[in-house]
Amino acid sequence: MKTLSSIFDSRRTWAWPYVLFLVLFVLLPLLLIFVYAFTDPQGHFTLKNFVTFATKSEAVNTFIYSIAVALITTIICLVLGYPAAYIMATAELKTPAVMAMLFILPMWINFLLRTIATVELFNMFGIPLGEGALLYGMCYDFLPFMIYPIYNTLQKMDRSLIEAAHDLGANRIEVLTKVILPLSVPGIYSGIIMVFMPTVSTFAIAELLTRNKITLFGSLIQRAFGEGGLQMWNYGAALSLIMLLIIGLTSFFGNSEDNETQAGLL
Amino acid sequence: MKQVEMTNTQREAQKRQRNLRVRQIVAHSYLWLLLLLLYAPIVLIIIFSFTKSKVFGNWTGFTFALYENLFTGYDRVAHVHVDPNLYHSLFYTLIIAIIAAAAATLLGTLAAIGIHNMRQKSRAAIQFMNSIPMINPDILTGISLFLLFVFLGISRGLATVIIAHVVFCTPYVVLSVMPRLTKMNPNIYEAALDLGATPFQALRKVMMPELWPGMLSGFILSVTLSIDDFGVTFFTKGSGGLDTLSTFIYADARKGGLTPELRPLFSLIFITMLLLLIYINWRADRQAKQLANKK
Repeated sequence: MKTLSSIFDSRRTWAWPYVLFLVLFVLLPLLLIFVYAFTDPQGHFTLKNFVTFATKSEAVNTFIYSIAVALITTIICLVLGYPAAYIMATAELKTPAVMAMLFILPMWINFLLRTIATVELFNMFGIPLGEGALLYGMCYDFLPFMIYPIYNTLQKMDRSLIEAAHDLGANRIEVLTKVILPLSVPGIYSGIIMVFMPTVSTFAIAELLTRNKITLFGSLIQRAFGEGGLQMWNYGAALSLIMLLIIGLTSFFGNSEDNETQAGLL
Repeated sequence: MKQVEMTNTQREAQKRQRNLRVRQIVAHSYLWLLLLLLYAPIVLIIIFSFTKSKVFGNWTGFTFALYENLFTGYDRVAHVHVDPNLYHSLFYTLIIAIIAAAAATLLGTLAAIGIHNMRQKSRAAIQFMNSIPMINPDILTGISLFLLFVFLGISRGLATVIIAHVVFCTPYVVLSVMPRLTKMNPNIYEAALDLGATPFQALRKVMMPELWPGMLSGFILSVTLSIDDFGVTFFTKGSGGLDTLSTFIYADARKGGLTPELRPLFSLIFITMLLLLIYINWRADRQAKQLANKK
């Protein structure tokens, strides 16, 4: 009994349940993606799943197309979102916190329903659903994820640095490019990750926005598991592994400091 | 001569003032334009919650009929029941969110305390593992867990969905509680033990009050994430007919027609959240004023 209480006394051990949980429900599942990706339905080692992907031009094209859509979405969100975050953080708004909340509030309406409402909006104005609608809808859904982290970093920025730069003779553009932009890089990083990751992997939004006219990589994966049946799971796992690789690469360049900005989302 | 100089500087100041005003107006208009675009579809949902047409976007006259249907579960005019799956999915959305968020808050708070007391190396390792579910897109979390449940032979249903939600909620709880721990005086827990408290008492009476705000924001964030989730639920819910609002809407939309009662339901959710925001803001405002008065 004494040993038990001494185990509990050392507060280090309080993390053990979570460590066990992480191993069982995060690491093991990811390992299974690897295993399934490199095996056939009988469980033998094979590279067939990747060969199938590489030789199917439809799959490769979808893959490249999805990355392009995600990149363009991310860039548009950055171009639109940065000024908004900048204005919120620096302009003399009476209620900056309310403004920030106003950008978050739409997220309380289910994103699928909002996407469907966007489709209706396009229908009402007679705009055909296609690439333009897809990009608009994606930017619409993920713009707040770009604005918020940038707003957070800009708000924490030391204002006296800007004044100092002004006093030392920098003009407005120089202050922006040489002081404010470099200081907001962490926010930009996490904004890019928070927009790029979901857009490169989404399937429901694209299906609803284009009425299944455009297929994204996420839809390919979903179909492999959903409609393909048991035979397709290994192929689906291979596709998932490819996506995992992209996610890993992206977050590697974005380094892990972003997590704290992510947690500040609410 | 001196007077001319004066008016020159005055004129310059005036000009600068006017420039500032123009810039401010442009800046504000930009924000409001973005908000207009952001809210247009939501306004559309609210407007069309007041018409009875089954097809979204088709105005057939003002009526509260959909609200009535939503609350009674029965369409008096068409003599049909509102899709019962709507209520089931609403119920399961809330159940899953509350259970998963509570479990995540408990697991995450204990983990945060543990991690806080660890040595640098193991701390970094766990924090890395902790960040995986946050970085992983929902489709990958969903598929990896799908493979796990298949591999372990666990049939998918309510329990697997809750586990899956705990997976992607807990990291945010850990991150909300950690800053509170760094701010806390590390000696008060030891002091409580020295004064005869059991570890559990020390946790409940000394640490909990300090960690409470972090736990609360972790809990609220977890509920939000859980309610909004689609991808993870989709792959872990199985084919037993379990649905949350997200998967219900997805299935509904793919069938073609969207259940019209979803419009009043989400209008009400949105209005509630908006009023809550206004209330919180009003209260904070009043508190600030009271504080200023006291000074």
